[in-house]
Amino acid sequence: MKFALFTGCVAKGATRELMVSTKKAAEGLGIEFIEMKSAACCGAGVISEQSPLLADALNARTVAIAEAQGLDLVTICSTCQGNLKKSECNIDSDPEYKEQINHILSEGGHQYLGGKSRIKHFANILATDEGMALLKEKIKRPLKGLKVAAFYGCYVLRPSGLSDFDDPDDPHGMEDIFAALGAEPIYYPSRVKCCGFPIIMMNKTASQDMSGNALLDAIESGADCVVTGCPLCHLSLDSYQPEIEKLKKKGHSIPILHLSQLVALALGYTPKELDMDHHIVSTLKIEEILARG
Amino acid sequence: MATFKIKRYNPEKQAEPYYEEFQYDIPAGSTVLDCMNEIKWNLDGSLTFRMSCRSAICGSCAVKVNGHATLACQKQAETMLKDDTIVLEPLGNMKPLKDLAVDFTPFWDKVNKVTPYLQPRSAPPAKERRQSPAEFKLIDDTSTCIMCGSCYSDCNVLEVDDNFLGPAALAKAQRFVGDSRDSKTLERVKQLSEYGGIWDCTHCGECVERCPKPAEPFYRIKEIMAVALEQGVHDNVGARHAISFVNSVKHSGSLNENKLPVESMGFFNIKGLLELVPVGLRMLLKRKVPPILHKSIENVQDVRRIFRKLNQ
Ligand code: SF4
Ligand code: SF4
Ligand code: SF4
Ligand code: SF4
Ligand code: FES
Repeated sequence: MKFALFTGCVAKGATRELMVSTKKAAEGLGIEFIEMKSAACCGAGVISEQSPLLADALNARTVAIAEAQGLDLVTICSTCQGNLKKSECNIDSDPEYKEQINHILSEGGHQYLGGKSRIKHFANILATDEGMALLKEKIKRPLKGLKVAAFYGCYVLRPSGLSDFDDPDDPHGMEDIFAALGAEPIYYPSRVKCCGFPIIMMNKTASQDMSGNALLDAIESGADCVVTGCPLCHLSLDSYQPEIEKLKKKGHSIPILHLSQLVALALGYTPKELDMDHHIVSTLKIEEILARG
Repeated sequence: MATFKIKRYNPEKQAEPYYEEFQYDIPAGSTVLDCMNEIKWNLDGSLTFRMSCRSAICGSCAVKVNGHATLACQKQAETMLKDDTIVLEPLGNMKPLKDLAVDFTPFWDKVNKVTPYLQPRSAPPAKERRQSPAEFKLIDDTSTCIMCGSCYSDCNVLEVDDNFLGPAALAKAQRFVGDSRDSKTLERVKQLSEYGGIWDCTHCGECVERCPKPAEPFYRIKEIMAVALEQGVHDNVGARHAISFVNSVKHSGSLNENKLPVESMGFFNIKGLLELVPVGLRMLLKRKVPPILHKSIENVQDVRRIFRKLNQ
């Protein structure tokens, strides 16, 4: 399998462990990722707050780059996936708009064709029959005894009109992956909720009540760790976790992993190789559970 | 035989709500609302819910079906079965009154807060005020709202913050912010930029997912944001965040995570800046900080060209 990899900005900045572990996971699975080094930020739904046309033009340019390579495009961020898809949908549903976009792109030597490169989240490619077979074949250290709670990240599920990934209200793709890795998936209601990250600076209390409720739900459902497919979720669930009042009150904490880290652990990479020591919330508990087997 | 598991509540008889199960054989082609009516007429006349048009027009029959807000008359019951069961509960984020009926007072109060009527530029002309098709297109989607409360019920922010105006009121606000005949655009977007307004939306997408019409509030909220930014209403964290974000991508093609929080809070917002210190320090200690020298993407000139071409 070979894909164009849209890394997104956060995987190269505050959550570099996501980039490190994605490379390891790909290496271990024998998936070839060609990094899209000239792709611009997806806009995170923020550029479109100022100008939808600008956001769509930048994202069309990104898809055009993948199309020119003849590759499907893979993201490692729910938010990137959702926003690239939104632009794709805006453009594909309106031929005149598509022409306008291509006029903007043409001077840079790009052309957006549409429908040539599919936009997928890393979880999408693993949660297929082919992906599952690959996981089962390559797995070196089954994650026995580890109870894992998925946190999907809104954009990969909603609006479901943009995402053909899974049932938006009752998804199972991430849990299927956990099971294939030998871990025990924990189903809990908040797994499809929002972590509140987009308003962490505008309304911190509301934002952290959201992340706090979700994490409490995971903890009370018996999870040992939470795994997310969105680095922005990781920031709000891990980096901000020590100040989440709802958890502080109960004296709880829970490690948060990127999906790629969980996959790479099962492929035999060590926590150190996956930069798990860079997390704010200690991941030692996971190592202890895995050592017990 | 299907099971309808319905949340019952009658404060005059019992303080706590409870679930009651009804067995009912769903006739082909029945909507969820048809089944609710049959249960009420034949099995328990005390079952309480709102309904009127039975054709997705009046907006009164929204309830939670299997945990998510849904217009009961718009969904075929058979398609909603999970393990031969349909769970019916009252809408969320509002106080239940009896069984499936909730108190819409806060919903309407918030709609009223956005001045939900035209404030025209001039006295009424002799004939109608005309709009071009292009002008109408800007408010076409939001005009389809039937005030069913589905979006309000499932909004993730309202679950934790009553102060948020919420999706339906904000969609209604866009109906007038985007109206070519309205004279109060600036006043409106100023008010909508305050705490509890557009910038408190967390992009969860629930309102788009639940809306039975093309009104899809999240997208309307973003349309208001664009007008607010364009009208120069920049003195708030949300607007500064958007502007800083766009400038960063314009400069380097990617997001500069070191600058964004500081520029969003604003250089003179001491309290806001201090709030950033603990998380910043934590991340610094774990070497979890973006590179100090923010690197541009390859061929960033082409990205800058697109910005220039679009006058951004
Ligand atoms: S969503 Fe975030 S990580 Fe993804 S490209 Fe946009 S800013 Fe970067
Ligand atoms: S859960 Fe939060 S950070 Fe993750 S995709 Fe949703 S809004 Fe973004
Ligand atoms: S997208 Fe915004 S308004 Fe819509 S439900 Fe989510 S938080 Fe509420
Ligand atoms: S915006 Fe949609 S979901 Fe919300 S009240 Fe109107 S019709 Fe109902
Ligand atoms: S009964 Fe009128 S919308 Fe359902």
